[in-house]
Amino acid sequence: MKENIRIEIARRVARDIPEGAYVNLGIGLPTLVANHLPRDKEIFLHSENGVLGRWQAAPVGEEDWDMINAGKEAIQIDPGSVFFHHADSFAMMRGGHIDICVLGAFQVSQSGDLANWHTGKADAIPGVGGAMDLAIGAKKVFVMMEHLDKTGVSKLVRECTYPLTGLRCVSRVYTELATFELADGQVKVVELADDVSAEYLQEVTALGLDFSAVQSR
Amino acid sequence: MINKISLSMAAAVAAIEDGSVIAIGGFGGAGQPEELIEALIDQGAKDLTIVSNNAGNGETGLAGLLKAGRVRKILCSFPRMSHSHVFESLYRAGKIELELVPQGNLAERLRAAGCGIGGFYTPTGYGTLLAEGKETKQIDGKNYVFELPIHVDYALINAEAGDRWGNLVYRKTARNFGPVMAMASKHTIASVARIYELGELDPEVVVTPGIFVKTLVLR
Repeated sequence: MKENIRIEIARRVARDIPEGAYVNLGIGLPTLVANHLPRDKEIFLHSENGVLGRWQAAPVGEEDWDMINAGKEAIQIDPGSVFFHHADSFAMMRGGHIDICVLGAFQVSQSGDLANWHTGKADAIPGVGGAMDLAIGAKKVFVMMEHLDKTGVSKLVRECTYPLTGLRCVSRVYTELATFELADGQVKVVELADDVSAEYLQEVTALGLDFSAVQSR
Repeated sequence: MINKISLSMAAAVAAIEDGSVIAIGGFGGAGQPEELIEALIDQGAKDLTIVSNNAGNGETGLAGLLKAGRVRKILCSFPRMSHSHVFESLYRAGKIELELVPQGNLAERLRAAGCGIGGFYTPTGYGTLLAEGKETKQIDGKNYVFELPIHVDYALINAEAGDRWGNLVYRKTARNFGPVMAMASKHTIASVARIYELGELDPEVVVTPGIFVKTLVLR
């Protein structure tokens, strides 16, 4: 995916995060969201490796490699940020204290099932990390992903074919084509990206979409 | 800007509803949030379930809340302290329900609630009156009792200092149940002796991160 498209998706996610929310950003595409959160709003980031508060990427040459985020990138924290051990970090997720987590995905199903840890292929090396704890623990799970996989097949599916990370846990999906709200087994399109028609979106998506809630841009 | 600081004890406890489950910090007097309890008595919420290590002594604080007839049930490990006559007379008169919980189970059941753990196996109490009727399991030849989490609506705790994001540090043994009660509760109200600017509390020594605290008030 082109960098300008990745940024456009990150901006859309950042816009939907309210002030005061406690937010966990997964590795990969979701990490980008941190760069687009409005600085005039206080939004709290949680990183599974034991830091909560606000931070930015450390400038080149000023990295402290004991001070990293979940993506193992060097960060610099703002005053008010705090550290804690790993069990407390996962208590924050599993205990329902995180308002929103943003994750990548291989597939998301109509009912909100999430598959993002294993392709199930015989030669694939799976890695789950903190994804299963976040999927069941966060009050809302936002997924950022490409709309189609590398072979051009829709990643929004009726039923996931890849092994699941969590059941009925996804509340929103952001792709380069649109933003979707998932509830009660329905997938509602809430926003279409520029130059994307409803007809085209439905054509490349492997399940029936509800367009009744589309906001005009 | 996020500012969790409440301007008065009365405002801090104003939203507490009748029938709430309230955890009250403290081990004896150390860490007991006297000012918050007094504000709760004045506020008037009733039919409360209280989770606290003790059941109060004298006539003020937790004993005062009991005496005012606001408490339906108490979960605690040690209700018999010196001068705990308010609890004793209510209990003997059948006016308060008691769930006696071994102290380690009280702490761990609160922690389980805070961590989203659905229950846990513990050897404490196996074969005793306090484990009667509970599920048991033998693991590697040792006997365990299954214990459930204690979910709390409000926690009233004392901390030493905090900042406007709700980060807290405690003082000496007044820390006791404060951190686990803050985790187990939907709405933690912390009374602090000092409020600092963001960054003045060393991020390495913050004991309760602000994510577990909704309201902070200066005592």
